[in-house]
Amino acid sequence: MTRRRVVVTGLGATTPLGGDVSSTWAGLLAGTSGVRSLTEDWAQTIPVTFAARVAVEPSEQMERVELRRLDRSEQFGLIASREAWKDAGSPEVDKERLGVVVASGIGGVTTLLEQYDILNSKGSRLVSPHTVPMLMPNGPAANIGLELQAQAGVHTPVSACASGAEAIGYAFDMIRNNRADIVVSGGVEAACHALPMAAFAAMKALSTRNDEPARASRPYDLDRDGFVLGEGGGILVLEEYEHAKARGAKIYCEIAGQGLSSDGYHIAAPDPSGAGVQRAVKFALRDAELTTADIVHLNAHATSTPAGDVAEANALRAALGKDADHVAVSATKSMTGHLLGGAGAIESVFIVKTLQDRMAPPTINIENLDPAVTVDVVRDKPRALPAGDIAALNDSFGFGGHNVVLVFKNI
Amino acid sequence: MALAQADVLAGLKEIVEEVAGIPAATVEMDKNFTDDLDVDSLSMVEVVVAAEERFGVKIPDDSVTDLVTVGDAVNFIVNASK
Repeated sequence: MTRRRVVVTGLGATTPLGGDVSSTWAGLLAGTSGVRSLTEDWAQTIPVTFAARVAVEPSEQMERVELRRLDRSEQFGLIASREAWKDAGSPEVDKERLGVVVASGIGGVTTLLEQYDILNSKGSRLVSPHTVPMLMPNGPAANIGLELQAQAGVHTPVSACASGAEAIGYAFDMIRNNRADIVVSGGVEAACHALPMAAFAAMKALSTRNDEPARASRPYDLDRDGFVLGEGGGILVLEEYEHAKARGAKIYCEIAGQGLSSDGYHIAAPDPSGAGVQRAVKFALRDAELTTADIVHLNAHATSTPAGDVAEANALRAALGKDADHVAVSATKSMTGHLLGGAGAIESVFIVKTLQDRMAPPTINIENLDPAVTVDVVRDKPRALPAGDIAALNDSFGFGGHNVVLVFKNI
Repeated sequence: MALAQADVLAGLKEIVEEVAGIPAATVEMDKNFTDDLDVDSLSMVEVVVAAEERFGVKIPDDSVTDLVTVGDAVNFIVNASK
């Protein structure tokens, strides 16, 4: 039996660089930082006073009544899915063959915390009846599913910062396994709030470069001191290849494979041996029926933490061998910050655009490349990719030791 | 002192518009919250709580099911304010 192939036919995003894909992509190629000082009073009460908030507030993209019933993470999901669905040509599809897989790392955490404040200050009577649908981590997926009336299944895999990539992989499997013909997939995050930021800061995971926010996210730089929290979301419309061809859809590229593994090492720290990451890369390439020689680009997880960036780079060098020499590595979190459960999703959107334009986005803020980094990092300016058949990887890792690698190739 | 029916209706129109996004002009006495105005059960809870705050009355949970139309709610609030 021939395997069902999966292609990307629609993209949507709202990110710290723009309220849609085109403005985000233009910002990425220009090497723009989306990181800014926070203006909220609470920011002065925690050790980190900056983040990468979305460039366009949801209030500019949605009706007021809709906004008040949705957690910010759900707002991002709907904004990005509407763009992606339109980009896919608003396809006519049997609703029983339409699925949604959209993840979030933390879910509606701001709703939870704000309603807890209301409970304490005003009493239970004033707790919003919308609280539960707003805080549940499957809320973004569920709202998108409702809007599109998807009936093949609506799912939310959760694996911390690997969630967005895992969602795309799950969607990929839904189509391959003949559960659906179209799946709206991706990830979102909206956790710019005092508590999550104080908690990440308590782990020493966040950069504290408060005097230079735009320079704070600096993957692979010697002086990196932690990640920068970002917010937003990315959505990809995945579609079975013959289904897409039959309706004359615009086809961006193919998702050719995925590799999953887990470290079994530590709840938060990366395994310095990188064995889990290497396995995920190996499984992904095998699944895609490609070899390391086919890979020309990788959008790295690279969050700008001292331990993580080098562990990842070492694992990639080990997994790709000498072929790593022709893999242009981009660490776009240098510009977007780290969207946690949205990261793997926006970075997959970026890979699709990279393959389409044959142009790898830059990594900014590297003043002194860490000599321990042995991969070929695209620095400062975008880099053109070769002509012909090309493929690219997106790797994402999450606290808990989750490793996800997705393979994209042109078609 | 009892509230005037017209004042309660005017206030309720504002609440329903704020909570459910229904234009105030369409919120008339004979309109059914669910069938005519598309106010779902969760939004109805919000309307009730906002009305209690605004008009200084109590609307017990077991009375809420009786508030089928806007007029039912207006009359309940007027009576409760006496």
